[in-house]
Amino acid sequence: MTEKNQNTSTDNSPFGEARGTLDINTYLDQDEKKDLLRLLTAGSVDDGKSTLIGRLLFDSKKIYEDQLSALERDSKRVGHAGEEIDYALLLDGLKAEREQGITIDVAYRYFSTNKRKFIIADTPGHTQYTRNMVTGASTANLAIILIDATKGVITQTRRHTFLVSLLGIKHVVLAVNKMDLVNYDQKVFDEIVAEYKSFITQLDVPDVNFIPIAALKGENVVEPTTLMPWYHGPSMLEFLESVHISSDRNFGDMRFPVQYVLRPDLDFRGFSARVASGIIRKGEEIMVLPSRKTSKIKEIITYDGNLDEAFPPQSVTITLEDEIDISRGDMIVYPDNLPRVERHFESMLVWMDEKPMDPNVQLFIKHANNTTRVKFDQIKYKVDVNTLQKSSIDHFELNEIGRVVMTTNKAIFFDPYKKNRSTGSFILIDPISHNTVAVGMIIDKLNAEDLPSKIVDEKTLEANKSRIHRGECLVSDAQREKRYNQKGTTLWITGLHGSGKNELAFTLEKEMFDAGATVVLLDGSSIRSGLSNELDFSPADRAEHLRRVAHISKLLNDQGIITICSFISPDENIRKQVVQIIGEDRFKMIHMDATMEFCKKNKPELYEKFEEGLIANLPGADLQFTTPENPTLVLKPENRATNTKTILEYLADHKIFPII
Amino acid sequence: MTEYSLSHLKELEAEAIHIIREVAAEFENPVMLYSIGKDSSVMVRLAEKAFYPGKVPFPLMHIDSKWKFKEMVEFRDNYARENGWNLIVHSNMAAFEAGVGPFTHGSKVHTDVMKTQALLEGLNKYKFDAAFGGARRDEEKSRAKERIFSFRDKFHQWDPKNQRPELWDIYNARVHKGESIRVFPISNWTELDIWQYIRLEKIPIVPLYFAKERPCVNVDGNLIMVDDERMPKDIAEKAEMKMVRFRTLGCYPLTGAVESEADTIEKIVEEMMTVTVSERTTRVIDFDQDGSMEQKKREGYF
Repeated sequence: MTEKNQNTSTDNSPFGEARGTLDINTYLDQDEKKDLLRLLTAGSVDDGKSTLIGRLLFDSKKIYEDQLSALERDSKRVGHAGEEIDYALLLDGLKAEREQGITIDVAYRYFSTNKRKFIIADTPGHTQYTRNMVTGASTANLAIILIDATKGVITQTRRHTFLVSLLGIKHVVLAVNKMDLVNYDQKVFDEIVAEYKSFITQLDVPDVNFIPIAALKGENVVEPTTLMPWYHGPSMLEFLESVHISSDRNFGDMRFPVQYVLRPDLDFRGFSARVASGIIRKGEEIMVLPSRKTSKIKEIITYDGNLDEAFPPQSVTITLEDEIDISRGDMIVYPDNLPRVERHFESMLVWMDEKPMDPNVQLFIKHANNTTRVKFDQIKYKVDVNTLQKSSIDHFELNEIGRVVMTTNKAIFFDPYKKNRSTGSFILIDPISHNTVAVGMIIDKLNAEDLPSKIVDEKTLEANKSRIHRGECLVSDAQREKRYNQKGTTLWITGLHGSGKNELAFTLEKEMFDAGATVVLLDGSSIRSGLSNELDFSPADRAEHLRRVAHISKLLNDQGIITICSFISPDENIRKQVVQIIGEDRFKMIHMDATMEFCKKNKPELYEKFEEGLIANLPGADLQFTTPENPTLVLKPENRATNTKTILEYLADHKIFPII
Repeated sequence: MTEYSLSHLKELEAEAIHIIREVAAEFENPVMLYSIGKDSSVMVRLAEKAFYPGKVPFPLMHIDSKWKFKEMVEFRDNYARENGWNLIVHSNMAAFEAGVGPFTHGSKVHTDVMKTQALLEGLNKYKFDAAFGGARRDEEKSRAKERIFSFRDKFHQWDPKNQRPELWDIYNARVHKGESIRVFPISNWTELDIWQYIRLEKIPIVPLYFAKERPCVNVDGNLIMVDDERMPKDIAEKAEMKMVRFRTLGCYPLTGAVESEADTIEKIVEEMMTVTVSERTTRVIDFDQDGSMEQKKREGYF
């Protein structure tokens, strides 16, 4: 970056002198190949932000003469720059704003040099306009953060930097402006750089650059500086022209979120979308979510001819080898690189609406061409954008930012925002006003230990407690034990689908009943057909399902009744939560330890469906089954004849049933 | 490794196609407003690209003020026919029959009645819930902050203080019955981008953009072409043949020509680079009052 470029566009022609004697066709052919850099400018009018932008536009001669003469007229009337031309007036578009003297929204500006085209998202720096900055940052490749050399790193600088890192901008330029007011002193610059560096290391910005400028004088903006010989880097414009951005996109994880199904006639079925990330290639095997059906890419079609591969941000249409039912919102991916398919996730949220959040209201979420309903499970914290301090709150107001846990009505296909801007971002829409009330960046799916059974917000728990009065029970545990001759206990049978759990459970129930025990059997089909009928088989819903089972079992055990619970319950963390609910001393884990071969032979239907891609989330197949850490008993299906006996002996030995 | 990067034009094209498809997917009854100008021509080609090899699933609508250049109307009809577009032409017939026109009523009344009112009438008549427009953010100051999906209330009015946040490329397309969205797929294109694209894609445009000898009269500093017999005789009499072209197209009595020799796109671009007057100055309506475009937009004009 230290290399000086002699050929920057600082000449008099509006499109650069380098055109020189080139013939117009050659010029246009070159211009056509320029790439596009979208940048955000953050800072207040006081920092000279509008002046800097005005300079970039002016010096690249985008400002046409008539706009200039109107500007001179306006400057005399409402300008704030005294005798000089007020560049800010060029940017403050709307009449109301011109009267107030502040920019209140994101304005987009365009200019080009011989090397690049630029789109500037100009956003104001006032606290109450966090939402505008977030808006501008969402599409930017790079952010210029302006700082006044006479003031140094201030609260606002930190706020802007935090927002820039939150929105995942990879390149930041700290423009230390008004160097003329500090006599172009290197010491001032170095101190600011040091202070800013120590701050930005806490945040996640991979590329940080520092450029001293004097925007009002045009120093080091377009032309390299002559007044700061100690500075050896590029001028602002040189930097913007040369910063490498084409590798910023995610080319690794192919995501094709179907936007539009193209069916011009019965013979043609195409799926149109922008490639969100990764490279989509003709002939490759793909998988469609949520159906998990697979096929191959037959063609990648564009108006300008078919392609062998397409990459972000291209908009293309693909056809598949097989006829598969696909609709808008489905996602086409490679089978060996799947996104998260979940209903529960955590994200950073920015509240954008004047109306504060009502955490109990369901909203619409629009994500990767998918729209579904979403509810808030928990607000983890709010971040103060000025201090970066976290604090707990129960709702968000306009411009507040924080971390939330959310659940959608149907599974969405996402990646963490840090890995993938396109599949990690979403907007929330109010179902009544239809306003965009919030926007979010997905952090990731929930950890197993944070799954719904634990997502109860503390305040609600406290509030509920004060309203729940437990009646005083007149029957003691001892009386119950005497009556039933048993201890209320949960016999939890875990194991793969087809391991013989249910067979064992039913036999055990019969034998215990015959022996005089009071026993209740709970299994997946009985609970899922009623109490849990809205839940699916995703890890998160499995967790919620088992939480409900655990509470039923606990209630029954409290009444002195023995329960036999037959559930695959593949996740050790979830099993631990179950133990916590029921109580360790009356929970007995029985592991039906069968091999995968045995299970597939014993109950082939589900495994076959899985192989055909008809179902997903099958423990032992695409969902991990963890072996229980400390089971009470481990049984093998091959010992069918003696398994119930083993359990009954255990119960008798431990005086669970019968006690006498 | 091959570098996967797009030129700025291809990136803008991909963005516009994405926007156009999104509207087709989310709205029940969209329409593409067609002004016959160069920006419209680009937008129409982008729509054709978006649904290729299928047909575009929405119609074109032209608001005919009845004072357009003859060549524009001819071009419009030919283009729609040759490219299989469903073309709706709507005019404020009541006002036209009552004799409203720029020569008799002035530019302000004419624009309001024959353009703004006619547009609202047309949108209401067909109950369109989304309308594409070919506006660009670099055209005029008040456009710089306009959203790509610009929300309009049931009176088609735009409230600059009450616009929806628009982030990434996720567009909020929810409206209540009667409300609508104006969509600007080429928001991020500049005038040079448009010319480049027309050149590269060989997009047909109205011949009026190219220099030719045409009969013109100087009216208050604007070179007005005599396009038909409705121009008052005392003005039309002063017409002289001049080598001119038009930088923007509209109602012929309100659209000033510029003297030019540029009869190819390359020459036009070359001329643009040396001429330093922004394109809207040849539109008479912008100078009515300060902030006039913003005012017109609030009232429902594009």
